[in-house]
Amino acid sequence: MLFLDNPLEIKMDHSLPASDIASSTKPLSEASSAPVMDILSEPASEAFSAPMMNLLMEPASETSSAPMVDLLMEPASETSSAPMMNLFMEPASEASSGPMVDLLMDPASDDLKEPPKPDINPLADIINDAPLSEVKTPVAAMTQEPPSDLFDDEPSELFAEPRQSNTAKQQQTSIFDEPDEDLFSEPLGEALKKPQNDVFKEALAPVAKASNVCGPLSDNYNEDPTDIFTEEAITTLPSAVSTVSVNSKTNGVHSDEEEPDIFAEATVELSLDSPRNDRKKKEAAKPSASASAPSVSASASKPQPKTLEELDEEIEDKFELNISITNPEKVGDGMNAYMAYKVSTQTTLPMFRSKTFTVRRRFSDFLGLYEKLSDKHTLNGYIVPPPPEKSIMGMTKVKVGKEDNSSAEFVERRRAALERYLQRVVFHPSLLQDPDVREFLERDDMPRAHNTQALSGAGFLKMINRATDSLSKMTIKMNESDVWFEEKLQEVEAEDQQLRKLHIMVDSLVGHRKELSVNTGGFAKSVAMLGSSEDNTALSRALSQLAEVEDKMEQLHQEQAASDSFCFAELLADYIRLLGSVRASFDQRMKTWQRWQDAQNMLQKKRETEAKLLWANKPDKLQQAKDDITEWEAKVTQYERDFDRVSATVRKEVLRFEKEKARDFKKQIIKYLESLLQSQQQLIKYWEAFLPEAKAIA
Amino acid sequence: VLNVDLQTDATLQVDISDALSERDKVKFTVHTKSTLPNFKQNEFSVVRQHEEFIWLHDSFVENEEYAGYIIPPAPPRPDFDASREKLQKLGEGEGSMTKEEFTKMKQELEAEYLAIFKKTVAMHEVFLCRVAAHPVLRKDLNFHVFLEYNQDLSVRGKNKREKMEDFFKNVVKSADGVLVAGVKDVDDFFEHEKTFLLEYHNRVKDASAKSDRMIRSHKSAADDINRIASTLYTLGTQDSTDVCKFFLKVSELFEKTRKIEARVAADEDLKLADLLKYYLRESQAAKDLLYRRGRALVDYENANKALDRARAKNKDVLQAETSQQVCCQKFEKISESAKQELIDFKTRRVAAFRKNLVELAELELKHAKGNLQLLQSCLGVLKGDT
Repeated sequence: MLFLDNPLEIKMDHSLPASDIASSTKPLSEASSAPVMDILSEPASEAFSAPMMNLLMEPASETSSAPMVDLLMEPASETSSAPMMNLFMEPASEASSGPMVDLLMDPASDDLKEPPKPDINPLADIINDAPLSEVKTPVAAMTQEPPSDLFDDEPSELFAEPRQSNTAKQQQTSIFDEPDEDLFSEPLGEALKKPQNDVFKEALAPVAKASNVCGPLSDNYNEDPTDIFTEEAITTLPSAVSTVSVNSKTNGVHSDEEEPDIFAEATVELSLDSPRNDRKKKEAAKPSASASAPSVSASASKPQPKTLEELDEEIEDKFELNISITNPEKVGDGMNAYMAYKVSTQTTLPMFRSKTFTVRRRFSDFLGLYEKLSDKHTLNGYIVPPPPEKSIMGMTKVKVGKEDNSSAEFVERRRAALERYLQRVVFHPSLLQDPDVREFLERDDMPRAHNTQALSGAGFLKMINRATDSLSKMTIKMNESDVWFEEKLQEVEAEDQQLRKLHIMVDSLVGHRKELSVNTGGFAKSVAMLGSSEDNTALSRALSQLAEVEDKMEQLHQEQAASDSFCFAELLADYIRLLGSVRASFDQRMKTWQRWQDAQNMLQKKRETEAKLLWANKPDKLQQAKDDITEWEAKVTQYERDFDRVSATVRKEVLRFEKEKARDFKKQIIKYLESLLQSQQQLIKYWEAFLPEAKAIA
Repeated sequence: VLNVDLQTDATLQVDISDALSERDKVKFTVHTKSTLPNFKQNEFSVVRQHEEFIWLHDSFVENEEYAGYIIPPAPPRPDFDASREKLQKLGEGEGSMTKEEFTKMKQELEAEYLAIFKKTVAMHEVFLCRVAAHPVLRKDLNFHVFLEYNQDLSVRGKNKREKMEDFFKNVVKSADGVLVAGVKDVDDFFEHEKTFLLEYHNRVKDASAKSDRMIRSHKSAADDINRIASTLYTLGTQDSTDVCKFFLKVSELFEKTRKIEARVAADEDLKLADLLKYYLRESQAAKDLLYRRGRALVDYENANKALDRARAKNKDVLQAETSQQVCCQKFEKISESAKQELIDFKTRRVAAFRKNLVELAELELKHAKGNLQLLQSCLGVLKGDT
């Protein structure tokens, strides 16, 4: 457990020295000691009381963890092009310093069952940590082989090696009892192992130099400083270089522990790596030289993210996952009755236990799934597809057992809406990875969702509106630095308004078309009667033919009303709800921005306090003030990164959303126009048949 | 416009060449071409209002001489109230819509107003044409005055007392109508016509109401498509992405199809609803003829009974005989012309239905094909794009 909170603090810690050094010219020793204190002094319970989401979210934004995953995502080709030397230099520097502090200060090290080695030799440490013999072989292989080979080998390695002394993995399992264990713990071990291997390889050369103080490190730094590290990495490195051994140790600790952290996130929230990836790519693109840097760690622990990316691609390309909802069935009687739907999945994705399976789910289960997904992913700026709204009216009719048209239509409408909802969820590469989604699709005995009652139709809308209100209020405060977001939000709002308007009109069209159908039916009957009373035989016959035409038109209008509703109105309703989610993700970005601003204000206050203390010459309180500043500087950095990360996610999500929206609208509207076309073809057929009858009147 | 297929005759041709809408009045310019010696000129025009048409109609109805004819039904009172109300509402709602929407709505309502106007004119024209084509009514003096006198006929609308009198007259008449209708006719032809017209009138009334409803919802649907097209246009002009272009194309399509849809509704209105409405009034006029004949029959039978009684009592026999003869003559005169009138009514009806139903089917086909073509070409473009 301790291990879990550590990443959180470590990350703060990690960024601290960097900013410290950059912003203030404090004595290095002080700076380096501060973070360590932090780690130990922060009560573990704090970390625990925070919801899982937070834990996961925050570490994600850590500088230390972020680059890692990022780098991991880089295509293998890049890795192979990167010089071997570079590959191993970076992790080495971290690793070499890592173990030392680890052992000295981190209580987690006990769990790790690494023998605490007060002695300052990192090499020995590491070597003890993992069975040397085993480790050494792959290392040798790796050094010899081109990196691309490394990745080819991975699958086998994945399963062979994780069982080794992978402490991180054990922690992992104890913390997360998620079913995906098997999936992720393995790559985890792998990933973890790799850097370690690197460490060894490296350790043989530069780490040895590291023990000769900072010689090799600075060497590294001078050789390809930008290459190896992305921005964060660079900031941490100098600290390591200049703070001598102690500080570099702290860094090492973190790097060591961050790895498990990264994967811990990955297990629960795979979504996190995509935005980061996105952002990192952009960052990497800026300094062209740094392109090789991502590949550094990418080569080190690429395997797992790579499989993820492959999944993504699979989904995009072939989408080997078909979901259908069928057989709506009323279960129970009276007001306790509910509709159960058959959810069938057909897939070739390896993440599922079998290729086809079905479960039965009721409406509240769908709402429950949304709530779970929304709780987890909205915070990170994801657009979580919303389910159809509850309809008390519609459901009451079904419950009462009226077997009329409107109740059958309601059930079908809802079935289709649920199907589209679920398809949108699984079509989202990150949401598909969520264990709750898999559980929803696979698990036979779903625990009943209880708190969905709150999300009744009206309540849901209110919720969205409230979010919108707070959003607009915040917009006033937020001095948007990124025009893209400002414009997009305006676009989304304008579109929302227009879609709502359009939806009302299409609903009205559906209503009028239904009315037209009913009235045409009435007219048909009336004309039939008129025909029967007509004296003239030919006219009488023509009138009854006209009645037949009108009868068919009644049917045609009814079908057209259905397709107005199913192809057009429902599409709009879906997108009005989806735009609500889009706005929620903008809202989320605003919130993280607000948090960052608040932290900045706080930091400003702390600095003012320090200045006052300096002026008042109160050295006893000065240390506390300095510590506060350090703490808040870390928070500012962290929150800024959170903001950057959420911004990147929102941007990516919005672009994805727009792409899907364009595709959906085109597909659905074309389908709709085709239904209109069919109507007209029928109409022509009917009137062409009637015309000779009219001409035959004599 | 509604076609009631009248036999026209070059000796007297009447049409409404122009009409002017003034507040709640419509002024029709009645144009006459005639070779009849009664008229001072061969061609002339006068301005008439709806009330004058009604006066002419009522003068026919009240003329005993015409009891044996189907009096051409009076044209319905021009009704622009609904249309005006809508225009007013539009003015009130001006602030809540975009300029484009407002202009579009205004154009729509103006078109609607124009349509009602044209229909009103057509109904009045049909009345005059029917009279002009009638072998007896065309010679009516009042009719000639109506056509030729180039001043106001100073007919006024009926006052309250007169309206009340009319109302009671109608109550008595319809009660009497039931009584008369209950009397078994001696003539099979008339007995059959009576049964037919009673049923036919009710059914045509129902069909007319139902067609109105159907057309109204068709118009509403067309209006919806119109508004959908506008909103899609707004959506499409938000930026220049692919979807927006897509929306614009669909908007363009709907803008065209809704016009066709509106035309379908308008043509159904003219060819179907107006035809039924006209025959609702014509069948009423035919029923009125049968009532007059039935009344004359009852009078005749009563006169026969009175004569029998007078002869039995040997009192006022001559007076009773005269009365009986008058009644007999009247009845026979009505019966004689009524038979031909009813046969003509049927011929006219069949021809009118034929003409209008053929035209309706042709227009429906034309519009459906137009829609189909629009949809096909739009789908072609859209599918080519995606």
